[in-house]
Amino acid sequence: MTRLPDVRRCQEWAEQMLSYALAAGADGAEVLVRDGSELEVKVRLGEPELVKDAGSRALGLRALRDHRVAVAYTSDFAPAAMRQFARESVDLCGLAEPDPLADLPERHEMAREIPDLDLWDETAPSFDAAQALGLAKQGEQAALQFDRRVTNSEGAVCCRVMGATAFASSAGFSGGYRGTSLSLVVAPVCDDADGKKRNGHYWTAARFTSGLLDPEAVGLEAARRTLAKLGSRKIATSQVPAVFAPEAARALLGQLAGVVSGGAVWRKSTYLAGREGTAVASSLVSVVDDPLTRRAPGSRPFDGEGLATRPNVVVSGGALRTFLCDVYSGRKLGCRSTGSAGRGVGGGPHVSTSNFILLPGRSPPAELERLPQGLYVTDLMGFGFNPVTGDWSQGANGFWIDNGSRAHPVSEITISINFDDLWKSIDGVGNDLDTRSSVQSPTLRVSRITVAGT
Amino acid sequence: MSRAFRSADSPAPNPLGGIDAALAERLLGEALAAGGEYADLYFEFRCAADFVLEEAQVRSVGRATVVGLGVRVLRGDATGYAYTEELSSARMSEAARTAGKIAAAGRILAPVALTSLPGHDIYPVSESSLLRPGPDKVALLRRADAAARGFDARIVRVEASLSEEWREIRIFTSDGRLAQDCQPMLRLGVHAVAEEDGRRQGGRSGTALRRGLELFALPGHAPEEHGREAARIAVDMLHAQEAPAGPMEVVLGPGESGILLHEAVGHGLEADFNRKRTSNYTDQIGQSVASSLCTVVDDATIGHARGSINLDDEGNPGQRNVLIENGVLRGYLQDRISARHFRTQVTGNGRRESFRCQPLPRMTNTMLLGGQDEPEDIIRSVRRGVYAKHFSGGQVNISNGDFVFSLTESYLIEDGKLTAPLRGVNLIGNGPEVLRQVTMVGHDFKLSEGTWTCGKDGQSVPVGVGTPTVKIARITVGGTRAP
Repeated sequence: MTRLPDVRRCQEWAEQMLSYALAAGADGAEVLVRDGSELEVKVRLGEPELVKDAGSRALGLRALRDHRVAVAYTSDFAPAAMRQFARESVDLCGLAEPDPLADLPERHEMAREIPDLDLWDETAPSFDAAQALGLAKQGEQAALQFDRRVTNSEGAVCCRVMGATAFASSAGFSGGYRGTSLSLVVAPVCDDADGKKRNGHYWTAARFTSGLLDPEAVGLEAARRTLAKLGSRKIATSQVPAVFAPEAARALLGQLAGVVSGGAVWRKSTYLAGREGTAVASSLVSVVDDPLTRRAPGSRPFDGEGLATRPNVVVSGGALRTFLCDVYSGRKLGCRSTGSAGRGVGGGPHVSTSNFILLPGRSPPAELERLPQGLYVTDLMGFGFNPVTGDWSQGANGFWIDNGSRAHPVSEITISINFDDLWKSIDGVGNDLDTRSSVQSPTLRVSRITVAGT
Repeated sequence: MSRAFRSADSPAPNPLGGIDAALAERLLGEALAAGGEYADLYFEFRCAADFVLEEAQVRSVGRATVVGLGVRVLRGDATGYAYTEELSSARMSEAARTAGKIAAAGRILAPVALTSLPGHDIYPVSESSLLRPGPDKVALLRRADAAARGFDARIVRVEASLSEEWREIRIFTSDGRLAQDCQPMLRLGVHAVAEEDGRRQGGRSGTALRRGLELFALPGHAPEEHGREAARIAVDMLHAQEAPAGPMEVVLGPGESGILLHEAVGHGLEADFNRKRTSNYTDQIGQSVASSLCTVVDDATIGHARGSINLDDEGNPGQRNVLIENGVLRGYLQDRISARHFRTQVTGNGRRESFRCQPLPRMTNTMLLGGQDEPEDIIRSVRRGVYAKHFSGGQVNISNGDFVFSLTESYLIEDGKLTAPLRGVNLIGNGPEVLRQVTMVGHDFKLSEGTWTCGKDGQSVPVGVGTPTVKIARITVGGTRAP
């Protein structure tokens, strides 16, 4: 039932709803329409377990009347229903209180051009369930055949998403774009000597089918990573240097994205409030948010309020250069939007990163592991981060490093440090940037962290 | 029609009004046309609204209306799934046929004529809160906000939010069942930030139950109580000290600590992981998996509780299931596919986030039942340890049972007394090992009325947790203070 996402049709709906909202008495309004199609297949032990194939569309309206805001969501596109929805949403504004800072952006702020970021793969629509099942089967089979200690599988999942986004604002913008993305993940399971099971996974993702890794390569890497966990054990409570694999470092970087958001600053919900221009990380750390990278997972040609997007240097040489702002948080903080508004159909604009990248350094990752003793962290667990204070404590898995090499796998420990200290004590940045997702990091090394174990 | 379904209460024109048994039988027939063994239709209509008060101003009001149909077709252990938001005859047929493609061949079965099933009515609500005027809800938020600000001069910021939902589901199955339910949910949350000498701390409090606005008139549920509680935590934590690192005795306070059960055993007992032999509880029914002091139940039938369901999302009644009895594993949480595999009954745990998702075995309200010990004796028995009071959440690795959960309010126990408040810290352990370390269980069972949401395979569902005061003889505390 694959329907091609239609940008032009979405734009017509957005403009139509905009006119209904203005006719219903709104002083200003903005409308987001998303039309998407998802294909998800899962294979387990060689057999198809799930084939999900569906199209979905929805509309989000933000209406303003007398500087009062209402946000509404619907999936009903019948003309009569759209008109009624516009009327009811504008009426809802009466319940909010006037907030002039919440007005739409100024007309001159709006994007004039929509750059083509090469986000649409013409071959994606013909990528069907049979092909997806084929990739998943090959990936899983490669993992299962790699080693007889791979005894089970959580399965292999292959997805293809196609989507169109259109946005119209009475501040003077109407535009749209479309994009594709594909992914494959393989998750084998091994039996450990103590009766415990060890699971692991590896994945590939890309905007274009041609950008996906070979399914066998994904399966083999998934099997290697899972086997490496056999014999995992705790280590002693101690303070040691820690090396974060790109996947674990990405989780740290995602948490950093939350505390450099202008929204968190005026909400007093970040320990970085008031720290602009000062050192917030080691001089080895530079972070950019770049929405304009061609074919990248988090790229967007305009932001969630219709402003032009641009690369923003957030941290350079360890110094905080800017908070990322949408129009509202910019006004709250007395600065301009950085073009960093995200927007979903279910809510109003908010600060969101695009491709949030910690720039790679010069060190080969193996060099960062050359430690007398230390912890190599492959993945983190749990929610132990308090952005208000920077207190940070997470479950961790990885390897114990002894005399420069990985001695044995480690599980069931926590690592703790204040998040501010963590970034300031980075003493190594790898040259191995992982570009698979919209938050991208190379390997990072932290000089000292508290491990709680036995 | 089941008692739980009263369309007169619907807070908006009900777009499911025209969905009848004749239409459903036709769609089920189309879904099975390629040879599927079983099919079900899941119609959902959801109305929601939310109000946010920030800096004492109503910043925004929101609303949402969602309608859709999910079609599932099963053949063996394989699922075909499709959905549509457009309830036109053509789109619904298309969804039915797309889902049906999972069955490449096979004998074509006709759906059985539909019979409507009676249901429970464990969260009767006289009127959906969505039908009440908006200003009534704003007034509740103002009460919470004022109470938080008035609690202490060090409170510098308060955010209070209220969200409400009315969800109607109708399920039609090819084995002839027609079931429906209306599931209300009302949630209030307060977040307060305290500041002193450049130090900041946050605190949260909230509640979520399947009730109308009468919720806030119940004892202990006034909005002011949540405002004050959020403020109290923020202020108390201003002077919190670094938590210790390493294994030690931990006392779990009543209520919220049930999150430990949810992570440590609940997920591992979901039948899909056991059917696939990827859970650390695979093949252990009848075996001792916990201290004999532990009896763990998953109970969907607690009146008005957040995790309760009259009906699961496969059309089966929610029920009370004993998972672990005096330390012995009794059963798993089953959905249709898993129950068929284990040749056992469904347990009413097939849940889904929305019509866009296939059902999975999920928890409802998961609890450790009360024991014999005096809570004071439990604390008094600890020479040096940690008392856990409030949590932000947890996570588990199903395969090996390792879990973490994050404490947002905890205290050091020294010589049997609670002393210093501790900064945010994680506990980490292994499910079966930690449950064997349970050495005392209080008689003060409490169901948390907090805003718990459980995530699995990208699907979120509301759940409840509960526990009495519990002593764990040894678990790793993940603080920053080196031993």
